[in-house]
Amino acid sequence: MTPLLSVQNVAKYYGARVGCEGVNFDLYPGEVMGIVGESGSGKSTLLNCLAGHLAPDAGKVLFDTRANGMQDTVTMSEPERRMLGRTDWAFVHQNARDGLRMSVSAGGNVGERLMAVGARNYGDIREQAIDWLGRVEIATDRIDDRPRQFSGGMQQRLQIARNLVTGPRLVFMDEPTGGLDVSVQARLLDLLRGLVREMGLSAIIVTHDLAVVRLLADRLMVMKSGQVVETGLTDQVLDDPQHAYTQLLVSSVLQV
Amino acid sequence: MICVENLSKTFTLHNQGSAVIRVMENANFTVAAGECVALSGNSGAGKSTLMRMIYGNYLAASGRIMVGDVDVASAEPREILDLRRNTLGYVSQFLRVVPRVATLDVVAEPLRAVGVDQDAAYARARDLLGRLNIPETLWGLSPTTFSGGEQQRVNIARGFAHTYPALLLDEPTASLDATNRETVLSLIEEAKAGGAAIIGIFHDAPARDRVADREIDVSAFTPKRAA
Repeated sequence: MTPLLSVQNVAKYYGARVGCEGVNFDLYPGEVMGIVGESGSGKSTLLNCLAGHLAPDAGKVLFDTRANGMQDTVTMSEPERRMLGRTDWAFVHQNARDGLRMSVSAGGNVGERLMAVGARNYGDIREQAIDWLGRVEIATDRIDDRPRQFSGGMQQRLQIARNLVTGPRLVFMDEPTGGLDVSVQARLLDLLRGLVREMGLSAIIVTHDLAVVRLLADRLMVMKSGQVVETGLTDQVLDDPQHAYTQLLVSSVLQV
Repeated sequence: MICVENLSKTFTLHNQGSAVIRVMENANFTVAAGECVALSGNSGAGKSTLMRMIYGNYLAASGRIMVGDVDVASAEPREILDLRRNTLGYVSQFLRVVPRVATLDVVAEPLRAVGVDQDAAYARARDLLGRLNIPETLWGLSPTTFSGGEQQRVNIARGFAHTYPALLLDEPTASLDATNRETVLSLIEEAKAGGAAIIGIFHDAPARDRVADREIDVSAFTPKRAA
């Protein structure tokens, strides 16, 4: 089986400081990988390099494109990369405001992504938007409301609908449940879990919440100071951590 | 079906003076299809550690753990996940509950994951929940709020939903009443008759004598303390 994403020796430097360095992994179709580490460990830098938001200073990010097979997304042209961003990739931001258009209605937010890939029939677009709002548990009668009239949890669910409506194959998520209270978080996690399974999505989830990765991720990568210090099966890394830093991270979680 | 060769395990506690604890050395044994083997030994002998290593939850320090044709000790995460989905089941002592998922779906999930259609998966889940005396009124609810005993029975139902060719059981009859204990023992006997290779930890001696064909004393694999 060919990997969907193959990351080879990716590095990003901020002047003399290391953002991330020497990152290597393959992600296969249907796999969900978690990246954990404390603030400043380089996990968001890495995610942005993979998703084409930042240009890495070294390394390759190969993606199995539908048309031409494995392509290096670092060296491909900007229009090609943007096309991937609208079709095969999705990016769920921690702050829903970064991923939504706040002045456009909820239905418009979902429909806009469809129009970006060529949908033109108003009826079809609205129908799909209604379907997706239902799937992320937003009441149909809110379709014409603006996202700023929504609660934080609803905004996050709307962002997910907007991202998944075009049927991407790879979803990048940056702290998707950060800043939400626990009951809203549980609902969102359950939703993501269901969608990932139903649609057979591959995903890379950056978070500092170990409970989130235990629930969502098949595999785990632990980062510290820009380096990957440990990788493996999620439950194995959490239950039998090998690296000193992972042991510290796991033993620092407060028991409820 | 399950073949353990020269298996050893150490824990290195980096944040506690880098203490290295050797917990297992030179474990060798095999379990054939249709055979049930009980792990014995005192608390701390390494029964659960061994079981967790076979499941891929703990990392082996050296040696091989063949389950079917996969070496768990060296397999990639996706190979282990595939093994767990299709071949290797594990009934732990506690249910890890996902919020908001109904009991019926919790039990049917392993079947759905191997491609069984929803009706057949639900039928099997209903049958198991009924046999394990979980009242039907609870099937649509998440097990989060269930009592400890009910959660354990949901966990057992989930563990036996798919007929795995290899099965790990960690104290499956602990804290069950006589009726439910009997049901679990017959589920184990059915799995054996169906050709499953089973490794179990049973502190319940009469249960062990009834379902296990032989015992493996794990303390034989415990490293000798330096004199």
